[in-house]
Amino acid sequence: MSGRVLVGVKRVIDYAVKIRVKPDHSGVVTEGVKHSMNPFCEIAVEEAVKMKEKKLIKEVVAVSCGPQQVQETIRTALAMGADRGIHVEVSAKEYESLGPLQVSKIMAALARKEEAQLVILGKQAIDGDCNQTGQMTAALLDWPQGTFASEVTLEGGHVKVVREIDGGLETIKITTPAVLTADLRLNTPRYATLPNIMKAKKKKIANMKPADLGVELASKLEVLRVDEPPQRQAGVKVESVDDLVGKLKEAGRI
Amino acid sequence: MAVRAAGQIAGICHLCRSSTLGSFRTLCRNVSSSKHTPSNAPETPVDHLIYTPEHFALKESIKKIIDQEINPHVDQWESEGKFPAHKVFKILGNAGILGVNKPVEYGGLGLDFSYSVAVSEELGNIRCGGIPMAIGVQTDMATPALARFGSDELKKEFLRPSILGDKVACLGVSEVGAGSDVSSIMTKAVRKGEEYVINGGKMWTTNGTQADWMCLLANTSDGPPHRNKSLICLPMSLPGVHIARQIDKMGMRSSDTAEVFFDDVRVPSKNVIGQEGMGFTYQMLQFQEERLWAVANTLTTMDLIIQETIDYTRQRKIFKMPVLHHQTVHFRLAELQTEVELLRSLLHRATALFIRGNDVTKLASMAKLKAGRLARELGDSCLQFWGGMGFTNDVLVSRFYRDSRLISIGGGADEVMLGIICKYMDTLPK
Repeated sequence: MSGRVLVGVKRVIDYAVKIRVKPDHSGVVTEGVKHSMNPFCEIAVEEAVKMKEKKLIKEVVAVSCGPQQVQETIRTALAMGADRGIHVEVSAKEYESLGPLQVSKIMAALARKEEAQLVILGKQAIDGDCNQTGQMTAALLDWPQGTFASEVTLEGGHVKVVREIDGGLETIKITTPAVLTADLRLNTPRYATLPNIMKAKKKKIANMKPADLGVELASKLEVLRVDEPPQRQAGVKVESVDDLVGKLKEAGRI
Repeated sequence: MAVRAAGQIAGICHLCRSSTLGSFRTLCRNVSSSKHTPSNAPETPVDHLIYTPEHFALKESIKKIIDQEINPHVDQWESEGKFPAHKVFKILGNAGILGVNKPVEYGGLGLDFSYSVAVSEELGNIRCGGIPMAIGVQTDMATPALARFGSDELKKEFLRPSILGDKVACLGVSEVGAGSDVSSIMTKAVRKGEEYVINGGKMWTTNGTQADWMCLLANTSDGPPHRNKSLICLPMSLPGVHIARQIDKMGMRSSDTAEVFFDDVRVPSKNVIGQEGMGFTYQMLQFQEERLWAVANTLTTMDLIIQETIDYTRQRKIFKMPVLHHQTVHFRLAELQTEVELLRSLLHRATALFIRGNDVTKLASMAKLKAGRLARELGDSCLQFWGGMGFTNDVLVSRFYRDSRLISIGGGADEVMLGIICKYMDTLPK
């Protein structure tokens, strides 16, 4: 098999960090905060690397859009087994307004340029929780999409995708080239081992700008204000089951 | 000179923030009690004195393994008095963590000692001292002499599987009558033809009940005590090797510690590491690394203890205000954090000098001395601020209080470190 898989990897605030809103409510505090690869992107990388190990594809290319620091995230993907990286450089200022549509345009342009057989993305990133980039990328390319994948089987010019949908699993068969998005149960990502971290140092990361791909970053969205979620209020204790039922009825819950 | 006792090194722990990928931020917020604030953010790759981005990538990978494979089980292993060394070492071996500074031909990575320090620092996130200690015995105590001076055959048989995590190693130096004064050991290996016949016993042997082989220090002749000892690779399955008992300790409970007897144990003479009679010298060569490793390991835990104490005292109220708001508490914690940072600076300075080929015995001994003293002070001060909770076995601070006491005893006691420092200051009475 000679296909190429493009995998999107996003640098997000680490899942274990408590998010703080900036005092001026313009966004969240990112300075001095631990970042790591979006967990769903890790699953996407793992799936692509597994395909390569099974010799179903030839090459895995990890892509990330953002300022200089996203190269760390690309390195992590390379340490997990991706063959090379592409860093689409977006200044810190522009990055603030970079949304799913802009990233989709970049991914679509790269998918064409690299003649990818598959584009695999995480179903969403744990910072914005948008869950749009995969779908938009497929639309822009006019390729089939297999989203929320919990099982992927690549066979010739087709991909069988088991999707996690409300109330169960749906199995679809789509033709390649296609866009897939990884759900939580697709696989368990491997640890980057020390030998592979050292090898990743020697792998190449190409650097380009959105303009090189003919992508315009202007966004029509404006963030007005970011707030902390409301604090949970203390509960009340009830004396008996009847009281409980009464309270629930009062609250319109039953 | 002198050396070790019980299980050397110490270091402790961290909160397992969440154990699977499934537990993302929202879930995490519910289960995790300690949070890094921006002011206490971990060091970043930018302009670090000794660490490159690869060091940080390595640390991140180890942190994941600890959070997913080790920390969720620590409480159980602590209560059982033993952790499954073969299972844990295999996971670490697969990730390449057990041989960072070992030769590439035998499965290691051939990197400089700064990577070992980074590994040790990160292992300080394990929520007990026993497991990091057991790992340290495997990587930096039982195997360095073998890696440097052992024959190709011995390295294939013992070093390679130890780096890959297939074999568990222990170090047989201390005895009932010899700890920090290594030169007084009594165990004898008498040459008979192509074999050594070994009689005697070892004490305080970390990993002893689970180990596949021992790096044994034994007297191979009657000569002067610094030139009559040899290091021998001893398979623990040989007839005549008896594990007398597992020692019941006040701390480091998840690490098994054995007393071992040898009764006419026959080992092929080719199992001697390097030259016969050089055992004591070989052991001495690795002291600098051992000591720096121990310091790195405990530093991370000390940071954690301070952070968890801040988190706890912030929400615990006394006399109508948070415990933390009492000046005696926040000032004391500031004082302790300052000491931790000073120790970290000494560690990184000594490491930077060491990887450039300098002898840092004096600095390493000072760092080891200070780590032991500071851990005792810090554990005691922080435990006090936890009040009654600190006296329970439910909290990390009490485990640290017990475990870290060993730092001043193992790997050369505080008094031995002082003796070495005095030698370098030329103040030791002749």
